[in-house]
Amino acid sequence: MLRALLSDDLPDSRLLSALLLAILLLLALAPLLFSGAQAINTAAKICVFIVLVASYDLLLGYTGIVSFAHTMFYGIGGYGVGLALYGWGASWAAAGAGLGLALVSGIALALVIGLFSLRVRAIFFAMITLAVASAFAILAAQLSEYTGGEDGRSFRVPELLRPSYVLTELPLLGPVTGRTLAYYLVFVSALVLFLAALRIVNSPFGRVLQAIRENDFRAEALGYRTVSYRTAANCLAAAMAVVAGGLNALWLRYTGPDTTLSFSIMVDILLMVVIGGMGTMYGAAIGASLFVLAQNYLQKLMATAAQATEAVPLLAKLLHPDRWLLWLGILFVLSVYFFPTGIVGKLREAKTSPRLRAPAQP
Amino acid sequence: MLSPEDRAASAPAPDSSADGVEPMPKGKADYLPLLLLPALAAGALAIMLWQGVPLSTWITLTIAALAMGAMIFVIASGLTLVFGLMDVLNFGHGAFIAVGAYLAMTTLLPLAGWVEANSLLLNLSALGLAMLVAMLGTGVLGLAFERIIIMPVYGQHLKQILITTGGLIVAEQLIHVVWGGDQKPMPLPSALRGAIVVGNVALEKFRLLAVAIGLLVFLGMLLLLNRSKLGLLIRAGVENGEMVEALGYRIRRLFAVVFVAGCALAGLGGTLWALYRETLTASIGSEVIVLVFIVIIIGGLGSVGGCFLGALLVAQMANYTGYLAPKLALASNIGLMVAILMWRPQGLYPVAKR
Repeated sequence: MLRALLSDDLPDSRLLSALLLAILLLLALAPLLFSGAQAINTAAKICVFIVLVASYDLLLGYTGIVSFAHTMFYGIGGYGVGLALYGWGASWAAAGAGLGLALVSGIALALVIGLFSLRVRAIFFAMITLAVASAFAILAAQLSEYTGGEDGRSFRVPELLRPSYVLTELPLLGPVTGRTLAYYLVFVSALVLFLAALRIVNSPFGRVLQAIRENDFRAEALGYRTVSYRTAANCLAAAMAVVAGGLNALWLRYTGPDTTLSFSIMVDILLMVVIGGMGTMYGAAIGASLFVLAQNYLQKLMATAAQATEAVPLLAKLLHPDRWLLWLGILFVLSVYFFPTGIVGKLREAKTSPRLRAPAQP
Repeated sequence: MLSPEDRAASAPAPDSSADGVEPMPKGKADYLPLLLLPALAAGALAIMLWQGVPLSTWITLTIAALAMGAMIFVIASGLTLVFGLMDVLNFGHGAFIAVGAYLAMTTLLPLAGWVEANSLLLNLSALGLAMLVAMLGTGVLGLAFERIIIMPVYGQHLKQILITTGGLIVAEQLIHVVWGGDQKPMPLPSALRGAIVVGNVALEKFRLLAVAIGLLVFLGMLLLLNRSKLGLLIRAGVENGEMVEALGYRIRRLFAVVFVAGCALAGLGGTLWALYRETLTASIGSEVIVLVFIVIIIGGLGSVGGCFLGALLVAQMANYTGYLAPKLALASNIGLMVAILMWRPQGLYPVAKR
């Protein structure tokens, strides 16, 4: 049962399994365990980012192509759901139609970009996605009569998901509000999408993607049309990112350039994938959870450290809470050099090396 | 342009070392892409006249486009050469633009007397000094970047992109640490402010200077590449690096030289760009780098001539649409890129290799 759910791709390390189980349990029980709004927000953000990072890992880790347009698809999802709910009223039909439109346009865009740039040379893809994503971000900010510009749009979500809606009163835990339902909508969708991604990468299709990553020339020689496979991976990743964006919009009840399209989110995704571990879906889960937690709590830690070192002029500046990205950037560079397989790779290695299991896995 | 000659050089040249006994076979020159430039300008002129915009506006915009193109070319030329020579795409190039601009600002601050003085000579020497400092600083930084960041990941595209992006993040944060995150003014020297008016066409002085510097860099680069031993080696390296190594030249060292020069040019370009905008923020690099990427894709990765043409095309597009439909300025350049890639999938002047 578990094997089938995880598509026969088990964590393969006791510590890793424990970590993943802890993340799953904490996320599943978050509304019961924590009462503060910040904790639930963090949990929802982790769920959304696990999907986003897993879909990005499909591109970067499994297919070996670097895209800088992932936030664009995330944004398309966010704007699709957000603008539909804003314009057509707070109904499920509007949210569904918005998500559907976003999916169609996102996949079409991914297809066009893929056919254009993956045809020539994979390195074109990185540059072209960067250019297209910046143009999209500027357009979204400029066309303010439709998108709300820099301010974005706040909107009402369907009745069932509103904080004022009370489903039932539970004896010990208090009222189950629409907010809790919204959280579980995000959580369950994220879980399903994550398992689907795991299924994709462990399917024959996913194996071909990995073959392309390792040596595209050989994959082509074996008869696989690498362009089609890369483009298909790009479209799949885009579709998942669109859904993640839609979920995020439903949870935040707001959509705007800073929460969806900004380049800093792209950088965050890159950091999460690399630190968690490229080429493993579990890396996405670990990376996203650690990073979002770090984002929220590292800054507080750094503020204390900066206060403690106030006397030392440069050090205090380096430890200023706004400079947290500096340290994560250094961590990023170091991990690309020294731990290209990320945390998950290290954990799996630690498990296999002492026993020196000779060629165990195919 | 450069590329046809490149191709000629790769053709079997029978004993070309003996002083021109037998002339090198000339490749067929490819002038078709050059026509894009007047075509785009004429198209914009037609639309503007149709909309009742005076001719003088078109001329001003075209001059502005030339200036912008010159600046983008200065920034992009190093990047495209580095890619052509060593197959390294430096996503951290934007960091050098920003660092160059900040270094120039730091140099200009104590020289405020010279900047404000009412003498062209003093103004230009202050500016020249600032550019020199910017280029030296970014050059040294480029050397360190090449040794520390790029050297370990030669030949691995994926890691290169990741590492150089990481370098960009760190560099931008360090700029915040050193110079602070607020917007800084970047005043033009007094003699370069304002415009020269010819008839009813206003020519901004600084733009003319930028065009001059861009042309100087382009001509210097053409001369260096086509008339010097170093240039010969670089062109040969772009065509076939292994062969150059087999002939006993250290291509890594050659590459380091080109990389440092490219970074210094990025610093120079960043200085010009900041002066053009007259303000300076740490994100200046990421603003320009998108245009720079479009330029080197349009031009053909690795081709200096294509890069120059691409820079002018992109700048024209940006200026004309910036005037006609400001919201579409960047999107129109994406459109331009798509159109050109449909025509020539490898860019206007593709480099034969790879």
